[in-house]
Amino acid sequence: MSLLDIENLSMSIGGTKILAGISLNVAPGEIVAITGESGAGKSMVALSTMGLLPDRARVTGRVILDGVNILTAPEATLCRQRGRVMGMVFQEPMTALNPVQTIGDQVAETIYIHKRLSKSAALDQARDMLNRVGLPEDLFPMNLYPHQLSGGQRQRVAIATAIALRPRLLIADEPTTALDVTTQALILDLLKNLTAEFGMGLLMITHDLAVVADMADRIIVMKHGSVVETGRTQTLLQDMQHPYTRALFAASAHRVRLPEISASVALLKVQNVTRTYRGPRNGLFGKRTNICAVNEVSFTIHRGERLGLVGESGCGKSTLTRALLGLEPVQSGSITFDGQPVWTDRHPNLDVRRQMQVVFQDPYGSFNPRHKVARLITEPFYLLPSQPSNDERTAKIAAALSDVGLKPTDATKYIHEFSGGQRQRIAIARALINDPALIIFDEAVSALDVSIRAQVLDLIADLCRKRPLSYLFISHDLSVVRTITDRVLVMQHGKIVEEGPTEDVLTTPRHSYTQRLIAAAPQLPYMRGTSHAQ
Amino acid sequence: MKINSSLIVGLGLSLFFLSAAILSFLWTPYDIEVLDIPEKLRSPNLLHLLGTDHLGRDILSMILMGARTSIAVAMLAVGIGMGLGVPLGLWAAAQRGTWLDELIIRGNDIIFAFPSLIIAILITAVFGSSAVNAILAIGIFNVPVFARLTRGAALSIWNRDFILAARVSGKSSLLISAEHILPNIMNLMIVQGTIQFSLGILAEAALSYIGLGAQPPTASWGRMLADAQTLVSIAPHVAIAPGMAIILFVLGLNLMGDGLRDFLDPRIRVDRA
Repeated sequence: MSLLDIENLSMSIGGTKILAGISLNVAPGEIVAITGESGAGKSMVALSTMGLLPDRARVTGRVILDGVNILTAPEATLCRQRGRVMGMVFQEPMTALNPVQTIGDQVAETIYIHKRLSKSAALDQARDMLNRVGLPEDLFPMNLYPHQLSGGQRQRVAIATAIALRPRLLIADEPTTALDVTTQALILDLLKNLTAEFGMGLLMITHDLAVVADMADRIIVMKHGSVVETGRTQTLLQDMQHPYTRALFAASAHRVRLPEISASVALLKVQNVTRTYRGPRNGLFGKRTNICAVNEVSFTIHRGERLGLVGESGCGKSTLTRALLGLEPVQSGSITFDGQPVWTDRHPNLDVRRQMQVVFQDPYGSFNPRHKVARLITEPFYLLPSQPSNDERTAKIAAALSDVGLKPTDATKYIHEFSGGQRQRIAIARALINDPALIIFDEAVSALDVSIRAQVLDLIADLCRKRPLSYLFISHDLSVVRTITDRVLVMQHGKIVEEGPTEDVLTTPRHSYTQRLIAAAPQLPYMRGTSHAQ
Repeated sequence: MKINSSLIVGLGLSLFFLSAAILSFLWTPYDIEVLDIPEKLRSPNLLHLLGTDHLGRDILSMILMGARTSIAVAMLAVGIGMGLGVPLGLWAAAQRGTWLDELIIRGNDIIFAFPSLIIAILITAVFGSSAVNAILAIGIFNVPVFARLTRGAALSIWNRDFILAARVSGKSSLLISAEHILPNIMNLMIVQGTIQFSLGILAEAALSYIGLGAQPPTASWGRMLADAQTLVSIAPHVAIAPGMAIILFVLGLNLMGDGLRDFLDPRIRVDRA
């Protein structure tokens, strides 16, 4: 007898088909993972199970949870069910909690609403739940506010809220996507243990195949609103039937081959760079506590070298990037590019800046939505001592767009006409248009779907073959760094803790932090029928 | 694109009064500078559609002329507010976190702290009552409104990646403000401009009501109300006409501001769809 039975669920919103004939089931104590790329309709399955569909959605089929058809049940029934029978954990721990309510109150609220207990009894149960999710009483009193907790701790509170009534089904929509790898491992462990202990079903939605392989009893692969393949994890991993599943896993483990380099000439030299921020005052006349974001960092990027920078959020990667680009001065140490400082008495050195460009993580925020592509990608021309003539300009735009696999005619389009992957190509075109000596990729593929990510990685490798490209590739994803860089730096708390050839560092890490990082990263199991070398 | 009803109604009312003001340049039923005492306090009739006031002037003509005054004062006041406030806000946002930012924002706070009408009275008391001084007084109080709004909106744009990309391209904060920030906050400014415009009309009426706005013989809705004050019991139409004009015009502008915001801001539009 399964706990959740979805039969032939179809949905359309405003004439657009979102889901087409989805059928799946979850048994008590079972972990079922739905995976697929963005736009596959994964989250919509979760929302229909919660009965939280958008108003305009037209739905057919049946979603039977604990004997009740969610799709036809009246709102009052659903309200009783939510929390008691099904609980949900969302992706973003930063926004999932109410910032002006204490964590105790938030967890107690669910208990209070459903069980009609007295406030103190509800708070007692909330305390138990918080203890259970790994927030012990002595360290995490109930009167803490969300902003006093880290992302992982907040996600624990969100989980405590979702399981406060011991629901029979827990739905987790990308529960660890916004978290660092070491935190992710802990949260996944917690979810696994809770599922076993409470005997509840866990329906997990994630795009991360390594997480899926690690966690799930059964896997459901979705594409464009339908299920393409489903099976027990072990069976499915060993014998993938559908080409899309194979393509998905192949893309996740995608490796590129970089051309050999003989890097010997130093291009960018960073010596003992320190950057501190002034922290908030303690009280009106209190002392400021300084926050040291980058602490005595030294490294060198050679001409033609592909350097990786790995670290978790808050380790100082972004601050370092801004310092390298000459966007902010540093307090001490020096950054020189080809022998010239990037920052000369209170002003960034434009000669140096011309030689550096950057590609950002978010393909949606990287462009002014009101400009056309031609204007967007020629923005770095502003750095040139003389502006190119009209013909030269058109030729350069066409060349840059062709370089990244787009059409020269795309220059007259607006940015919203492009998908995320295409936008990232445009970002690379913008970075390349001045032919810079160094490009900084700041989490440049982290927001992309695996297949798109594989294409962008291929593009970068391709560009490396066409021209002597040096870059600094900043990422939290070790598998990406492994394939796209020659040498890697590992950063923790503003310091570089380990440095060396990528393959050596990732196979035989010396520093304990690197070892922890690598151990925490979920691994794709070795698969038959997927080639690792390209 | 769906146009909402408040935008249509607001636009209709606002255009109605705008055309009334334009019409007054070409034609009014009567000359409002000519007094016709025997015809005083007539109720609305075919000769005088809205009746006449205590000096026998045609009220419809005065409403038309008054629309012109109201719009001129409010428009110039909003112009002053935007012209100074938006650049100040952009400047503060570009210098965020520095003493200059602090100075601009605290300066605006100080202006905010004074009740605007009191200062307007002070200005007109010192420099004399006239439409120009009323414009200045109302305009000065629009500056911090726009400065604050601009700074707040600009700060959120400054955090976007495309601004960082522009900075990497070596653009100065002045250029970035003009090229990237301003176009992205323009719709906010248009909406706020409409709302400040309606507040400007109210403020002009209030100043004229207490005799500190436009001076006779320039027509003004506020002064018409003041003149009608003692006559309300015997000739209510004298007060109703300018009162309704103010209400309808301000209502129209507020509806238009609301409608424009829904129309220009896609996020809110989706939520209400």
